[in-house]
Amino acid sequence: MAHSAFVRDGLIAPKPPPMTEVGAIGWMRANLFSGWLNSILTLASVAGTVFVFYELLPWMFQSSWTANSVAECRAAIAGAHGDGVNGACWAVIRERYLQLLYGFYPANMYWRPNLTFVLMLVALSPILFPNLPRKMLWFSAVYPFLGYFLLWGGTIWLPISILLGFVVGYFLIALNSARMGLLFGVISGAAGTVIYWIYIASWFAQVAHDLIPIGLTEVESARFGGFMLSTIIGVTGISCSLPIGIMLALGRKSDLLIVKSICVGFIEFIRGVPLITLLFVASTLLNIFLPPGTNFDLILRVVIMVTLFASAYLAEVVRGGLAALPTGQFEAADSLGLDYWKSMRLIVLPQALKISIPGIVSTFIGLYKDTTLVSIIGLLDPVGLTTSIRADSAWNGIVWELYAFVAAVFFVFCFSMSRYSMHLERRLQTDHN
Amino acid sequence: MKRTLLVSAVAIAGLAGMATAATLDDVRAKGFVQCGVSTGLVGFAAPDADGNWDGFDVAFCRAMAAAVLGDPSAVKFTPTTGKTRFTALASGEVDLLARNTTWTFSRDTDLKQTFVGVNYYDGQGFMTHASLGVSSAHELDGATICIQTGTTTELNLADFFRANSMSYEPVPIETNAEARQQYLSEACDVYTTDRSGLAATRASLENPDDHVVLPEIISKEPLGPLVRHGDDQWADIGRWVLNALITAEEKGITAANVVEMAAGTNDPEVNRLLGSEGDLGSMIGLNSDWAVHVISAGGNYGEIFERNIGSDTPIGLERGVNALWTDGGLIYSPPFR
Repeated sequence: MAHSAFVRDGLIAPKPPPMTEVGAIGWMRANLFSGWLNSILTLASVAGTVFVFYELLPWMFQSSWTANSVAECRAAIAGAHGDGVNGACWAVIRERYLQLLYGFYPANMYWRPNLTFVLMLVALSPILFPNLPRKMLWFSAVYPFLGYFLLWGGTIWLPISILLGFVVGYFLIALNSARMGLLFGVISGAAGTVIYWIYIASWFAQVAHDLIPIGLTEVESARFGGFMLSTIIGVTGISCSLPIGIMLALGRKSDLLIVKSICVGFIEFIRGVPLITLLFVASTLLNIFLPPGTNFDLILRVVIMVTLFASAYLAEVVRGGLAALPTGQFEAADSLGLDYWKSMRLIVLPQALKISIPGIVSTFIGLYKDTTLVSIIGLLDPVGLTTSIRADSAWNGIVWELYAFVAAVFFVFCFSMSRYSMHLERRLQTDHN
Repeated sequence: MKRTLLVSAVAIAGLAGMATAATLDDVRAKGFVQCGVSTGLVGFAAPDADGNWDGFDVAFCRAMAAAVLGDPSAVKFTPTTGKTRFTALASGEVDLLARNTTWTFSRDTDLKQTFVGVNYYDGQGFMTHASLGVSSAHELDGATICIQTGTTTELNLADFFRANSMSYEPVPIETNAEARQQYLSEACDVYTTDRSGLAATRASLENPDDHVVLPEIISKEPLGPLVRHGDDQWADIGRWVLNALITAEEKGITAANVVEMAAGTNDPEVNRLLGSEGDLGSMIGLNSDWAVHVISAGGNYGEIFERNIGSDTPIGLERGVNALWTDGGLIYSPPFR
């Protein structure tokens, strides 16, 4: 029978998808023009971006790098690009970028903050990246004293002598807890360390310095400024506030009434007042309350206040992490027979901190940017310095260029922090999705 | 009750702070003068690229260091803001404040400061766009005015417009830089602040001739250095360092000729001032050649004025009321006798 039903004996080769669904056009249809509202928004954003760059790029590039004052800048820009062109006067950055970075730190000693900064990265790396050798943590522990010595100078024996306080404390704890129990050991260790710091440390430093004088030229705090100041305040605040914040969070969740009330009181008090109030207390009130003649360094006072402020906020972030952890985890830790500190260290905190990473890093970034508030109490951080630079009659009237520079440097710091936090989250990702 | 307790605690602590030993001895012991200056004000105090402070107020700090320690560079500067300046002085953080501070009744009495004199007579003025064709502040009825909030200028402005029964619309701003932007974008017709500040701002504009500073001065702003209440010797030194600078201008003693004139002249007052006659230095607790150091540090009052804010600088202030009394101004020193 010639007439038979059609039977396909093979698959038709697939046709290429329509032009409008693949490649650049397809991507644009799916992502940019998927509906009339999205199309309008896309066009508006493109128009906005083009407008900003159209206005900004000529300003950025029709500029002067070589002038020595605003007037010269204007003349140079008018000469090169025609009258009425509004260009940036980057010359102010060329003349003052070192000041914006280091403040009034003596120029022939810039290697000291530079070295401190590089060593800071070395000291931070074993904390940030776990596949580095653990022995490097010893360097991280010594680093705060080394950094202080490098930045402020003076005799090397003072930081060494303060460092010895920890050794004294360690031996007291080891000795006394063997004889009289852990609690007494810890108390005697802490008391011994404090007594050593108050009464013996400076005397020891003096004697040692007289015997073997090693040291660097002293640089007083008044010469600190610019991004160096911001970084000192920010980094010290960040690294001290994390442990304090964790302790406060644990304290707040604790069953011990006194510990709990102290922690709650501290957190709520600090969170209840603005940072600027604390800075004013640091800069003015403390001066009046301290006995006359006390020379309590302003930067140190500010660092302490900033640390306390950040700790209170961190404590709440970490408490959020603790609260998000299922009760089963706490109970599992208990049922394994772990004591409080072990269960916290091995089971609870690793999970709680992982949950809190975005919040912690946000607090850190906020803290770093908050350091610009110190300009209000007369410290010359980058923002404070812009005022001082404008007060030079050669640069009076420059606003955007200085702020643009400050913003760019802040962006580099904050963006790297944010990138690191994303890296950390990926690395610690243990859920199965 | 608790409040009273707290207040008295603060007061006692404050007294304790003030009752420190003589500032002169402290300064000699530590070897430098700690001087509170502005964080940056054109012509009055500004750090250069190397971090050295310079300006009209800074020059007074250097003169003080020269008088007490014989070295105009023996000064350490503490930048202070409008909010921290008085506490910095009261708490002993600085030895004197040279931070274009207006001498007022309450600051002198209630805040317990001692003003040692006036080194610049300022007053509040107005700057406006020349294109508006205004030539007097009395024509400003209905104008929008950029004004710094929380300052005496705000109150002066309200007083002036009420007294002349005119109306205005205030545009509140925080800093001079902000005021400049608002004024340039014509968000306000008029910018009002101290005339020295107006002159500095006008000088920094692209076309200064497009802007006029109106002739009216609506307030008195006598600016001067100040010290803590309760140390008369230190206040005397401050007062007479300023007077020495003024007398030096009056007598024609300059940084260039001071050493030569210190050898002795025909003018007995010059001789007393520079220490070649009499013993004025020891009466004030200083060396007999203290004034020689003061004047060689940065010149006399007129030289300091011209170098920092005078008509040859970008700020270009005329002497005006800040001329010597012999030239019809207000700058006047009691005699050295």
